[in-house]
Amino acid sequence: MQGAFREHRFALESLGCDVTEVRKPSDLEGVQGLVLPGGESTAMAKLLQSDGLGDRIKQLAAKDLPLFGTCAGMILLAKDIDGSDQYRLGLMDVTVRRNAFGRQIASFETDLSVPALGSHPVRAVFIRAPYVAKVAPNVGILAEHEGKIVFIRQGNMLASAFHPELTPDKRVHEYFLKMVSEYR
Amino acid sequence: MSEIGSWKVKTGLAEMLKGGVIMDVTTPEQAKIAEEAGACAVMALERVPSDIRAAGGVARMADPTIIQRIMEAVSIPVMAKARIGHFVEAQILEALGADYIDESEVLTPADDMYHIDKHAFKVPFVCGARNLGEALRRIGEGAAMIRTKGEPGTGNVVEAVRHMRTVMSDIRKLTTMPKEELMTAAKEMGAPYDLVVYVAENGKLPVVNFAAGGIATPADAALMMQLGVDGIFVGSGIFKSSDPKARAKAVVLATTHFNDPKTLADISKDLGEAMPGLEISTIAENQRMQERGW
Repeated sequence: MQGAFREHRFALESLGCDVTEVRKPSDLEGVQGLVLPGGESTAMAKLLQSDGLGDRIKQLAAKDLPLFGTCAGMILLAKDIDGSDQYRLGLMDVTVRRNAFGRQIASFETDLSVPALGSHPVRAVFIRAPYVAKVAPNVGILAEHEGKIVFIRQGNMLASAFHPELTPDKRVHEYFLKMVSEYR
Repeated sequence: MSEIGSWKVKTGLAEMLKGGVIMDVTTPEQAKIAEEAGACAVMALERVPSDIRAAGGVARMADPTIIQRIMEAVSIPVMAKARIGHFVEAQILEALGADYIDESEVLTPADDMYHIDKHAFKVPFVCGARNLGEALRRIGEGAAMIRTKGEPGTGNVVEAVRHMRTVMSDIRKLTTMPKEELMTAAKEMGAPYDLVVYVAENGKLPVVNFAAGGIATPADAALMMQLGVDGIFVGSGIFKSSDPKARAKAVVLATTHFNDPKTLADISKDLGEAMPGLEISTIAENQRMQERGW
């Protein structure tokens, strides 16, 4: 894949996981949870389409494979992308808006309150980030920043507009690993 | 507390570009072709490096209209080049909303002694380097991303390979040194001591490192990836070739599947003519862009 996969790898390995990088459909063999990293969603979409990797992920998601999308990964998971017909996996019942906080010059980090992870806030890094403009009732909202939804869960799928892989706090990855063990 | 333009935010965007290809474009149409091919960003220019080389004279920042039209045409990040040391060109690019600034030796330097103080900006910078000392000086000045210099506009990958091998071998040497040797190493390579210590302890640069300068084929891109770069800049290599669309797509796929020779063989088929190449020894030393920068 394209994007910040190495940081996710380090974060998950530090929590004791075996991590493999997925670039083609056969790489998905035996995978128990899949992270769609931050990167450029249009670039990643091309790779998902080029050899059926996207279709294979959709099949596995239907069989409850836990998925975690960050930033571009969140965009790929969404059913609707505001004002765009670009390729997506379309698995979560939400509408996202791309580059919703502005260009790079507006990118920021902030203390984000995530009650599901405890009372201590998460230092969240937003880079040309999307936010969730609309959610179906079956989607849980885990965090908002200034009234914008930035962290959601729907069943076996988790998505964040920020980048937990860029900060040393591992609570978001731990949360995803708990989901993986629930669905095993 | 919220903070814009922090070091994490600047280096973070470069992390998101990893494993991707950044393409030089001069028109909105070319930018669309690049995005469609799967480029992770574009570099907005008035002329690609091979044309700058052919034109001679003084090469400057592009007309803001060109950069703006390209920003409007695509949703991926748009980078733009400022001359070495020309901090006002950089201020203008920041005001335009460029996502990354390349303080670039491809343009004619505006200062023969000093680079831009890149910490003074909210927008992140990428800079070229031929060895570890140069890379760490640029990072010390605030560059949030490094690329090899190579020799731009030549379609000849040999200089990019040399620069990458030099950086990697410099890093390996540091990792084997006892701590008391690091200060002298820092002095000799002209690099900030704290960054030399970081590299010695971590065995890598503190920022993302891309390849640039002479990449013309999918195999060139995969070669640089196997040598350990995080991603690829292609300058003249796409739009000076006979079939830019096909070549752009092939270079993107080669950058993803860089370790898979069978896929690389398929990708490399029927791409038409690569850009015309230049043998480095035919370029007078004072015409070599890689010599610019201090």
